[in-house]
This record gives sequence, C-alpha cells and structure tokens, in this order.
Amino acid sequence: MGGTSSKLPKDLLSEYQELTFLTKQEILLAHKIFSELQGGENGPYSSRVSMQKILTLPELKANPFRKRLCHVFSTSDMKDGSLNFEDFLDLLSAFSDTATLEIKSHYAFRIFDFDDDGTLDARDLEKLVNCLTGETDDTRLTAEEMRQLISNILEESDIDKDGTVNLSEFQHVISRSPDFVSSFKIVL
Amino acid sequence: MPRHKLIASESDVSIEVDEGKDNEFSLYYVEVEENSKGGKEKQATRDGKRRRERNGEVSRRRASEKRSTEMGNKRAEKKHDKHHKTTRKEGEKDRKRPRRRNADEEEAEEESSKEKKNIKNERTKTVKLEDEKEKDVKKKRKKHVKNDEDDANPGKTKQKDCQEVALKEKKKKRRKPETTSESESHSESNSDAESKDNQAVGVLGSLTPEELEQLKEAVDERKKLITTLKGKPWPMKKKLVILRESQEFVEKYEGALGKGKGRKLYAYKVLMMKKWMKFQRDLENFKTACIPWEMKIKEIESHFGSSVASYFIFLRWMYGINMILFGLTFGLVMVPEALMGKPYGSMPRKTVPRVEEASAMNFAVLWDFGGYAKYSVLFYGYYNNQRAIGWLKFRMPLSYFLVGVGTVAYSYMVVIRTMARNANEEGGGDDTSFNFSWKTFTSWDYLIGNPETADNKFASITTSFKEAIVEEQESRKDDNIHLTRFLRVLANFLVLCCLAGSGYLIYFVVRRSQKFALEGLENYGWWERNEVNMVMSLLGMFCPMLFDVISTLENYHPRIALQWQLGRIFALFLGNLYTFIIALMDAIQLKRAEEEIVKKNMTIWQANLYNGTVPDNSTALPITVHPADVPRGPCWETMVGQEFVRLIISDTMTTYITLLIGDFLRAVLVRFLNNCWCWDLEYGFPSYSEFDVSGNVLGLIFNQGMIWMGAFYAPCLPALNLLRLHVSMYLQCWAVMCCNVPQERVFKASGSSNFYMAMLLVILFLSTLPAIYTIVSIPPSFDCGPFSGKNRMFDVIQETLETDFPAWFSKVFSYASNPGLVLSFLLLLVLAIYYLQSTSKTYKRVNMELKKKLQTQNEENKRKNKLAALKAANELEQAKKAGEQCSNSASDLGVNEESSSIDEAGHHRQAGQNGRLIHPSQSQDTQNSEPPVSSAHTTTRPPASRGHTASGHLPGHPQKNAHSNRR
Repeated sequence: MGGTSSKLPKDLLSEYQELTFLTKQEILLAHKIFSELQGGENGPYSSRVSMQKILTLPELKANPFRKRLCHVFSTSDMKDGSLNFEDFLDLLSAFSDTATLEIKSHYAFRIFDFDDDGTLDARDLEKLVNCLTGETDDTRLTAEEMRQLISNILEESDIDKDGTVNLSEFQHVISRSPDFVSSFKIVL
Repeated sequence: MPRHKLIASESDVSIEVDEGKDNEFSLYYVEVEENSKGGKEKQATRDGKRRRERNGEVSRRRASEKRSTEMGNKRAEKKHDKHHKTTRKEGEKDRKRPRRRNADEEEAEEESSKEKKNIKNERTKTVKLEDEKEKDVKKKRKKHVKNDEDDANPGKTKQKDCQEVALKEKKKKRRKPETTSESESHSESNSDAESKDNQAVGVLGSLTPEELEQLKEAVDERKKLITTLKGKPWPMKKKLVILRESQEFVEKYEGALGKGKGRKLYAYKVLMMKKWMKFQRDLENFKTACIPWEMKIKEIESHFGSSVASYFIFLRWMYGINMILFGLTFGLVMVPEALMGKPYGSMPRKTVPRVEEASAMNFAVLWDFGGYAKYSVLFYGYYNNQRAIGWLKFRMPLSYFLVGVGTVAYSYMVVIRTMARNANEEGGGDDTSFNFSWKTFTSWDYLIGNPETADNKFASITTSFKEAIVEEQESRKDDNIHLTRFLRVLANFLVLCCLAGSGYLIYFVVRRSQKFALEGLENYGWWERNEVNMVMSLLGMFCPMLFDVISTLENYHPRIALQWQLGRIFALFLGNLYTFIIALMDAIQLKRAEEEIVKKNMTIWQANLYNGTVPDNSTALPITVHPADVPRGPCWETMVGQEFVRLIISDTMTTYITLLIGDFLRAVLVRFLNNCWCWDLEYGFPSYSEFDVSGNVLGLIFNQGMIWMGAFYAPCLPALNLLRLHVSMYLQCWAVMCCNVPQERVFKASGSSNFYMAMLLVILFLSTLPAIYTIVSIPPSFDCGPFSGKNRMFDVIQETLETDFPAWFSKVFSYASNPGLVLSFLLLLVLAIYYLQSTSKTYKRVNMELKKKLQTQNEENKRKNKLAALKAANELEQAKKAGEQCSNSASDLGVNEESSSIDEAGHHRQAGQNGRLIHPSQSQDTQNSEPPVSSAHTTTRPPASRGHTASGHLPGHPQKNAHSNRR
C-alpha cells in the first residue's frame, strides 16, 4: 500500500471492487470525496481523516448515528473514530444498494451496540431510542414510556430471555423486517 | 561469516531438524541443555529451529507418499543409519550452536534461497531417515492439517464458512508471532505465501490423484472465499490480506492442477474464467452507469428520504416500459407505414378532405390533432388495408394487430413479474410479532441527509413510538364512539356525493361536446372544444383536496387515512375514466350510424360519378377523382384515438401548470412576500408545499392506463407518453428540489411499492377491457384503417392463417379452435390454477409452522447452550489447573506427556487469544452471554475430547506454546 498519487492504482481498484459491494464509479467517487476531505493535499490513502471532518459529509450530517458509524468502521488504534480510505469504503459498501442483509444487519448491530460489549442491553436500547427521537425535549419519550418501550422490545426480541439482545437475535428480528434493507442505505 | 560456511552450517542444521520432531526425545534433550545455558541465545535458536521444523514437517508430509513406495526395501538399512546419525549429532551439538545463531541473524535476507535448499536437503534426508512408525504418525498428522484447511468443504452453509474462516484466522494469529520474530520485514501474507510456495514446489512432482482432488477442492474453496469475501464484516485491511493470499494460492496451484494436455486446458479455462469475471464486472459497472437519472434520484433520496425517491424510481420504471412500448409501435407500425406504405395524398384516407383543407395547417387545429396531424401515421385511420406493403412484403394489418396485442401482453407480463418479485422480497413482512423491535431497529432512514427531513423523521418516529405504546396498553378508550361513527358515515356519504357529482359532470360534458361536434366545432370557442378534458383535469385536481378536507372529519390513524385517501382518489379517477369511456362508446355508436348513411350516399355518389361522366365506355380510363374530394365515413377509430391524445395532452398540461403555479409560484410568493407580510408565511398558512407521493403515483398510473387504452387507435400515444415522462422527470426533480419541503409524515417506501403495482395491474386490466371490447365486438370502419373491409378486426389472423401458411396448418388450427377443445382446455387451466393456488396455500401454512418450530427450537437451543457454557467454564478452570500441573511435571517426563501438555497449552493460548479478540463477528456462534474465554473455548472444541488423543493437532506450534507456558 502507499502511493501518493490522487488516482487509485488499477490493481487496487479492482481489488476494492472485489471486496466491496461498490461499482467502479462509486469507488472512484468515494475516492474523490475522500481526498477532498483530506483537504486538497492528496496524502496516501492509508492516512486518516478525523471524525469531525467525516461528519461534515452532507450524507451524514443529519444522521443521529453518525458518531457511532465512525466508531464502528474506524480501524484506528486511538479509538477516535477517524477513518482511512479503506474504512470509508467499508462503510459505503455496507450501506450500498447491493450489500446483503447479513452484512447490513451485522453493522447495524454494532452501531446500536453503544458500549461495544457485544449485546444490546437496556442501556443501549435507551440510547438508541433517544437517538431516534431526536435531541429536543418535545420529541423525547418520558421515563415511563421509555421503560415500557424497552420492556416491549426485549419481550419481542430477546428470545433466550437473558435481558439483552445479542447478534443472532438481532439478525433474526431484522431479517423479517420488510424495510430494513431499503432504508439502511447511504449513497454518495 | 563466510558464505560457504554458512551454507554448510545450514545443511547441518537441517539434518538435525529432520529428526527434530520425530525423535522428540533427543531433541527435548537438546533443549534442556539449552535451558541450562539460558539467555537470549536460546530464544533465537529455538525460534529458528521451530520454523525450520515447520518446513521440515511440510516436506516430510510431502515425501511421505513417495516414501510409501520406496520405503519397503530400504527400511532395515535406514534404521541403522538413523541411529548412527543421532549419536553423531549429539556430539556435535555444542559446536553447532553459535553457527546456528548466525544463521538466524541472516535469515531474513537469505530466506528464499535457504528454504529451497532446506527442502532439497530435507527431502533427500527424510527419504533415508524415516521408519514405518513415523510414517503412520505423520500421515495422520497430515490428514489433520488437511482437514483443518478444508474444513468448510462439506459444510456449504454460510455460517460454517464463517467459522472456518475464523478458524483460519486464529491459526494465522497463532503463527504471527513466529513470523515476526523470524523477520520483521516479511509481512504475514508473505510468509504464508512462502510456505505455500515451498509446498507448491514440493508437491507438483509427486501428487497422487486423491491429493490432486484435495488440492483442487482447496483451490475451489479459496475461489469461493474470494467471491464471498465482500460479504464478510471485516475491516478492509484484513479482507485485502486474505484476498491477496487466496489469489496467490489459487494462482500458484491452478497452473499446477491437471497434467499434460489437461493442464493446458485447465489453465486456459482458468484464464477464460478470469476474463469472463472481469467482463461481467465491467458489464455490471456499465449497466449501473447506464441507468438514467441515478444521481438525480440519489440527490432527492438524500434530501427527502426514500419515499419521495420511490416515486421517481417508479417514474423511471414507467419510462422504461414506455420505451419498450414505443419501440414496438414505432418500429413495427409507424416507420414501416411511413416508409413503405402508399404516400400521403395517394388515397382518400391519406388525404385531408376538401372541406378541412383550408384550416388543416392552422396551429389551433394541429394542436387539437386535427388537420394534417389527423391524416398521418399518428392515427389509426391513415393505415391502409393492403395485405403486404413494400418490397419486404411487410404484413401491415397483421403487424398492427399483433403490436396492439403485444403491448398489452408485455405490460401484463412486466407488471405481474415485478409484483411477484416484490412479494418475494417482502417475504414474511406481514409478521407483526416484532412491532416494537422493528420500530426501533429499522425505522431510521439512513438516506436522509437533510436536517429538516431528519427533524420530521424524529417527530414521526416519536409519534409512532407513543402510538404503539398506547395501543399496546390499550388504554385509549374512545370517549365518543357514536360521534366518530356518525362523522365517518357522513364523510363517506360526502365522498360518494362527490364521486357521483363528478361522474355526472363528466357525462354531461361529454354529451354536450358531442352536440357541439355534430353542429360543427367551428362555431364554438376554445373552451367548448376542450371542455371535456379541462373538466376532467380540474376534477382530478380539486377532488383530492376535497377528500382531504373531508377525511379530517373521520379522525383515522394517519396510515389508515392515507389508504382511504388513496382508495377514494382511485375511485374518482376510475369513475371519471369510465364515464369518459361510456360517453365515448355513445359517440362511437353515433359515428357508426353516420357511417351507415355515408355508405349509402357513397354508392349513390359513385353511381352518379359513373353515370354522369362516363356514359357507356367501360374501356376508358377509370375516372380520376382527387382523393380529397371523395366522400368518406367518420372513422370512429381515429376519433377515439384523437380523444385519448387530447386527454393526455390536457392532462400533461394541467399537471405542469399545477406544478408551476401550485409549487413554484407559491414557493416564490412565500419566500419573497414573507419579508413584508403580517404573519409568517413560511411556517404559517400557505407555507411551502409538500411533495404528494401518493397523488403523483396515482396520476402516473392513470396516465398509463389511458395510454394502454388508446394506444391501439393512436400509435403515437407511447411516443407522446415517453416525451411527457421525460419532461416530467426533469421538471418534477427540479420542482421537488427547489420548492418543496419534506413531508411531515415520512412514510416508508417499501411497504407501498406492491400496493402501487397492484393498482397498476387493476388499471391495466380495466383499461384493456374496453379496448378488447371495441376490437372484438365493433366492426371496423369501411374506409379507413388497416382492417377496413373486414367484418371484425381479428379476422386478420384468420386471413393470415389461410393465405400465408400451408393448408394443413389452418386445418389443424380450425380443429384446435373448435369449442370442445377450447372448453376442455379452459377447464384444464382452471383446474391448474386451483391446484396451484391450493398448493401455495399449503406451502404458506407449512412455512408458518416451520417458523414457529424454528422459534421454539431456537429458544430451547439457547437454554441448552447456556447450560453448556456454564459447564464448559467450570471444566475449563479445572483443565487449566490440570494443564499447568501437567506442563510443570512435563520437564521430567517422556515424550507423550509433553505432547499432551503442549496441546493443553495450545488451547490455553488459543482461548486466551480469542478472549482478547472477542467481537460479534467471531462470536457469532457463541452465545455472548457467557464469559468470553469460555465461549471461545467451547466453540473450538468440547472440553471433554481434549488432550492426549489429539496430539499433533497443531503441527509446528506446540513446541513454542509449551515453552511459553512453562516459563
């Protein structure tokens, strides 16, 4: 890896095509956008772009899970949510039109798993619901409603009744949803 | 150290290595010795040795089958040889050590050459040095390794694949520390590839068919891995490494597979496969690049969410269908007639009549599709009934008829196929057992990139949560159920009144327009001429608003309200369309009566013509009357076609004008007057308009219905529609982006797509009904159109059968079409449908039952797993202690004990590593509820079967593990 030119090498491009659900054009577009994010100077694509910069993308601006997205897809050792180009491609691939339900649900699970402990417990769910209802007070649920909601969710999804939703339970639920695949998409 | 010396030392080392693992006793002895010497030196030598051992083992494995042939006769001699060597070696040990260390230091540079040498050495030596016992052991071991590698071959399911890959990962992880200590500059993949390289070099010469088979399987499996790699939730780095590695592996072995000619063929096949894959990928890229308006739609998607975008996707889909319809009518009807048919002015039906000639070129007339436009390929009446035209002998009437049927058939096919696909995708979407979970997990539309839309979405999600909670509690008691009921009934009554009123209005207007037409349109103004269309468009515009107002009376849940609204608009449109058709039918009857009169007059006219000009001279040239002067029938088909074309035009105009006034002008006014107004216009009364997805979709569907209905009588309709859709796409995209605000209620797109499709299907059916009725039951006009002179339009089929096919064919056809056969065939069809329907019902039921079963089983499994995990955790603790004891005592014990402790240690290591790495992707199969260490442990192997029996499971590694554990 390496190379400081603004263009992707051909073999790397074909490898990326092999490894993602993206088409050539999409990868090139992603590369263009990414190098713009890098701020003009075309560094090597193993270099990272900080989370703040990633979040300025119009596609992510309004997303309540944007920070989680960065954290999940970041391979940075610093845990700062910064993405390099390959992480960025991973993100776009998972959110692309043609990605499978399996991979989408996997990443959805990791996004919702706020404390990264491998299960969705009541606290994760509460955070998730708060993300969904927005930050303003008038849209927020009351504590009572929240409690009710979470207990209902666990009632439905927590098949082994251990108080948390794990990945397989999550995928079980998601796979039956009619509109998960169509809404779990981000396009550049 | 000089080169030659180094080489010499290495050959020495390899001698020792060869015997290394096999006579562990002596080797162990060496190590004890080393321990006593201690220090860094020991570490370095051990590392180097271990690696070489690995190589040695690989080569030994390879050599084993060769051995099996050669070994029998040499056995006795070898045994002797070996004893001799071991003794010699022990003597040399002290001398060798420093040299070995040097070798290690230079290993990185000398890697490749040395390894080749190693192999050579080892192969020659091992052939001499093995005995039968060892051979057996190694064979077993080899199998083990192979099994590890080909783990997933029997298990084709994805999960197994996953596990297998995870296993590989683990293996690699375990190997990693060694490789790094060996040489920092060599990356993991490199070292892996190298070892494979060695393998390849060694393997090719001596492969049995079974091994070839196995290798082939391994290659196939790698290939499969490559194709499924993108479906794995790993970071790109890892995927890249695995991809490169696998590709290298595949490349290395693919050439090796097959022999002689077969190899060439295989290589060729592989090459072609690669080319084909690349071609497919390029094609895929090309295809996606060819999809029009992708960027526009994506932009809208990111601003307004998927539901608004779904309208544009639907529009694009419609555009595609109309493209095909246009291709059919244009390519098979209009162009042949224009090119090969008789030219304009050659016959009466192709000439503007004398009375209309003066105004035929006026814009108003042309705009109305009269004058020259009426007497052109655009309409049915222009076509001639000549059987074959041009030098191609193109069967025009037949083609016309078949294209008419074909467009409808194609539309049915496409709509039904799309519906079936959608239904497939939706699958068990009706399952409501996960109401809350779906609301939480899947309600966010990640496409939304507009803060305003996001706010709306937040609000709508909150409402849906609250509603769901309230519904769940069922605490909402209707305080005044009677009032609600009364209001609902009232609302429905009002809506019915509206529908009836609009129906009557249309009927009235159409009748009035017929009166105008009879009296001659020239006496009336623009309004009278376009009354019907204008009234229909206006009704289509204002009635939905009225319905919207009425529906506020009902106080339904928004989703139900939307469905009611859609249903009502649908009824309105349908009613209007059918009133229009009924009125048109009346007009057809009138025209036909007129035609009868014209026919009578025609004979009189002809008689007059002949009698008047040419008294008794039959040999004279036939009288030439200019075609414009020939009297002609009213040609109801062209009239119908014209009506539809006008309807489409006016409908399009109204749509665009409402768009411009209702959206654009409003937006402009709101925007600019807001500064000098007494209330807030943007958030107050008029505000900006929302994009009405359902209304627009319905409009599109009805427009398409009109196309289907009218296309038979006006071949230009698909072309017009194409134009309209094209303009709509740009205009509406622009309008949405510049003057609409996101909807307050954001609906999901996916649920409704099949609903729209179902409506489209209904409309298709309803619009083909009248068309079929007119084709089948009304005789065509006598002097215009491709079917003139025939009793019915479909007679053209019979005519073709009789004249263009051999006699026997029409005979067969006539037999086949006798009522007995047709009836029995119909009966068979009905039976088949009934059978299929009942089987599908059964399947559904079975499906449901399976689902239930699966759920209960899942629960049971979970419970069991939990218990098992607890048990396993306990056992692991015990095993750990036992293992430690074992390894402690191993230093004074023999070979067997050590190998067992090695195994134990290996497991600890493995488990520990997994514990560190635990992560959803790898612990998919584990239940996550357990402590991480134990979970990893249980998946790798059940604790009971661990231990002495499985020695040698991890070839090449145990030594190190044992030491690391011991220390």
